[in-house]
Amino acid sequence: MELLINDKSYNVATQPGQSLLSVLRDELNLTGSKYGCGEGQCGACTVLLDGIPMRSCILPAHSASGRKITTIEGLATEEKLHPVQDAFLEKEALQCGYCTSGMIMSAVALLKKNPSPTRQEIITFMNGNICRCGTYNRIVDAITLASSKIKAQSHE
Amino acid sequence: MNKLPEISRRRFFKLLGAGAAVAVILPGWMVSTDTESINPTGDPADLSSWIHIGENGKVTVFTGKVEVGQNIRTSLAQVVAEELKIPVEAIQMVMGDTDLTIYDRGTFGSLTTPNMSPILRKAAAAAREMLLEMAAEKWKVSKNLLTAEGGKIIYKKSGKTESYTALVQGKQLIRTLKEEEILTPPDNWQVIGKHIPKVNGRDFVTGKHIYTSDMHFPSMYYGKILRPPAWHTTLVSADTSAAEVMDGVIVVRDGNFIGVAATNPDLAVQALSSIRAEWKTEPQPSHREIFNYLKENAGSGGGRTENESGSVIQGMTEADIRQKQTYQLHYIAHAPLEPRAALAQWEGEKLTVWTGTQRPFGVRTELARLFQIPEEKVRVIMPDTGSGYGGKHSGDAALEAARLAKAVGKPVSVTWTREEEFTWAYFRPGGIMEVSAGIKKDGTITAWEFHNYNSGGSGIRPVYNIAHQLTEYHPAESPLRQGSYRALASTANHFARESQIDDLARSIFMDPLKFRLKNLSDERVIAVLKAAAEKFGWEGKELPDNHGKGISCGYDKGGYVATCVEVSVNPVNGQLAILQIVQAFECGAIINPDHLKNQVEGAIVQGMGGALFEAVVFEGGRIQNPFFSSYRVPRFSDVPPIEIVLLDRRDLPSAGAGETPIVGIAPAIGNAIRDASGIRLTTLPLAPDGVVKNER
Repeated sequence: MELLINDKSYNVATQPGQSLLSVLRDELNLTGSKYGCGEGQCGACTVLLDGIPMRSCILPAHSASGRKITTIEGLATEEKLHPVQDAFLEKEALQCGYCTSGMIMSAVALLKKNPSPTRQEIITFMNGNICRCGTYNRIVDAITLASSKIKAQSHE
Repeated sequence: MNKLPEISRRRFFKLLGAGAAVAVILPGWMVSTDTESINPTGDPADLSSWIHIGENGKVTVFTGKVEVGQNIRTSLAQVVAEELKIPVEAIQMVMGDTDLTIYDRGTFGSLTTPNMSPILRKAAAAAREMLLEMAAEKWKVSKNLLTAEGGKIIYKKSGKTESYTALVQGKQLIRTLKEEEILTPPDNWQVIGKHIPKVNGRDFVTGKHIYTSDMHFPSMYYGKILRPPAWHTTLVSADTSAAEVMDGVIVVRDGNFIGVAATNPDLAVQALSSIRAEWKTEPQPSHREIFNYLKENAGSGGGRTENESGSVIQGMTEADIRQKQTYQLHYIAHAPLEPRAALAQWEGEKLTVWTGTQRPFGVRTELARLFQIPEEKVRVIMPDTGSGYGGKHSGDAALEAARLAKAVGKPVSVTWTREEEFTWAYFRPGGIMEVSAGIKKDGTITAWEFHNYNSGGSGIRPVYNIAHQLTEYHPAESPLRQGSYRALASTANHFARESQIDDLARSIFMDPLKFRLKNLSDERVIAVLKAAAEKFGWEGKELPDNHGKGISCGYDKGGYVATCVEVSVNPVNGQLAILQIVQAFECGAIINPDHLKNQVEGAIVQGMGGALFEAVVFEGGRIQNPFFSSYRVPRFSDVPPIEIVLLDRRDLPSAGAGETPIVGIAPAIGNAIRDASGIRLTTLPLAPDGVVKNER
């Protein structure tokens, strides 16, 4: 099966029903996406499929074939971080960092769909992502900051 | 000066190359009360930490402490940077590797900041003095005329400078620590007390950081363990024949331990599910009768006295009003987002295990015992881990991976599923707290009797001045595996105490803040209480109908906390909303203000889970909610605006902050619910369905 991940094409042999997360982590060694629950409840495995956030732990890999997959590894270009990544660092919106990949991918999807979300819109959109360290308010602040960073960039 | 055995010295410089090093030997100079964690044997050769200044200009700091998100990788580097007068970026922290770092009991109990941080700070100061001495000798001038700055020694009068790198070329110097080292006074701090970003933050936001569960070795196998269906279960029989014939699968049977290792994770799952096993489960209590069970199994002959003064009987006689109440709390799970994971590799007789644990040296001991090999043959390495919260003291996954790896003859990785983590890791104990108290009409507390059954003794002593008091902790037999948790019993004991204090204040129509202040004399508790109340606008705060405010205070492990909460309770359906949280916290001199604030905020959010809705549901030894879909943890929508007031006491030593900020939230919410609705809730979690209901 062919998968298009971060603008690169991969040929992988998958087991029937194997999740996209398992293919990313165990076959391709793209381990930025994390296993947190295996039931789509925590969001640590979030990747983008044609820009839409998906829980890769419950997504069969074959259903991602032919679609554009973006993982945390594909977000930063060269030495430049994505504005959402920058904002997470600036706001210290993490502690152990295990949820961070999924949080950032969800946030990127949100800002693509809604470049100027309100606090409440951020909370509603992000509610499927769990941070056990409890940095939620910081993540909301980081997404707000990223929103203004992206707008400033597009005005440049 | 150099008491190091030659073997350590040789190994050390072989490892790091030439340079200069400061070793910390003997805990004799330490004022800390917990010297055991630094030096368990008292052997002079048993170092607690190293700082090495290499010929390449790199400064490497070695400590057995580990990073689980609390940001000690940053804060420890900060104190070293401060004393060594170098940028934080010049420092590499080597942490929690049993072959490279010196024995440490573990990263728990909020001990890193009060214990390890001063050691490394002194070691860095000693290293700086050693460099000053080296330059003084080279230039034949008095050391007092020289200063250290930006990785250089400077002789201002002559304009001479020499970098640390140049000074240590070709040297193999070791200095051991003196009792008194020359420390930079707080007024001159340039790095301590400043915000330094998380040192390896970039690795986390790019997904590059490799957690244990991310590690891959060529030819690695994936392990799965056969679990019983319930606690207190014995294996009657197992048929593993179907798994044994699968290609790429190896079955390991050793007594009650049955595991499989396979060339890919899906195959491991298939192999495991092909095993037919029969089990026998003992009858055991469910979560419904757990409180009676714990009380009945608390052992006869009374508990362990934690505190006793005066006579409670006399105090009760002196009281005008007496109140008695029983509080309870359920078992909860840590649910770290990275479940237990380990990767084990045998090379001949040498075992190396990478695992997410708060006690790498403890896990090394567990492994050495299991395989009956010397501890030197076991190396445990702890990559910065997806959190622990007190839940990763044990080496379960490490032992499992090592057993499988030994049988397979290849590296084996074991990552627990969420269900395994929720079921087979240990729990924060449930418990019962019984409180009897008496007060005078003017609000003076005259008597206090407090019993904790099973949940623990931490934070059990009242912070208030009470002439007649008795506090006891009664250990009990737990039907579930229980263990440490962030602040452990301090949450339970603060919940019971601060709820009771609130009801006592209400019984004489006294403001709960004034009532507390009347009975307090500890200036640090008073300071956080006043700071939180002021920020919250406690006095004269105007609240709409069905809104309420609650306050709590306390201290534990060198940290002082006060919490104010505003809630609303819908009078028709009981719907609860947490609207605002203000918390003041003080733990001595602040090392990194934003990271401290992050810890305090995180503790509050985690505490909200146990306060409001987290509870382990179990019956017949089966955990019935072992998923995030059935075990509710705090999410974005649960968290109101949280304001933190940090009090910086540069005149006091720094204490840890990972735990105590969690203890104030449950009683503050409970007291606010009481204020809003008139209902006193006495069981944690307070509102599992988001609704306030009368308990009786």
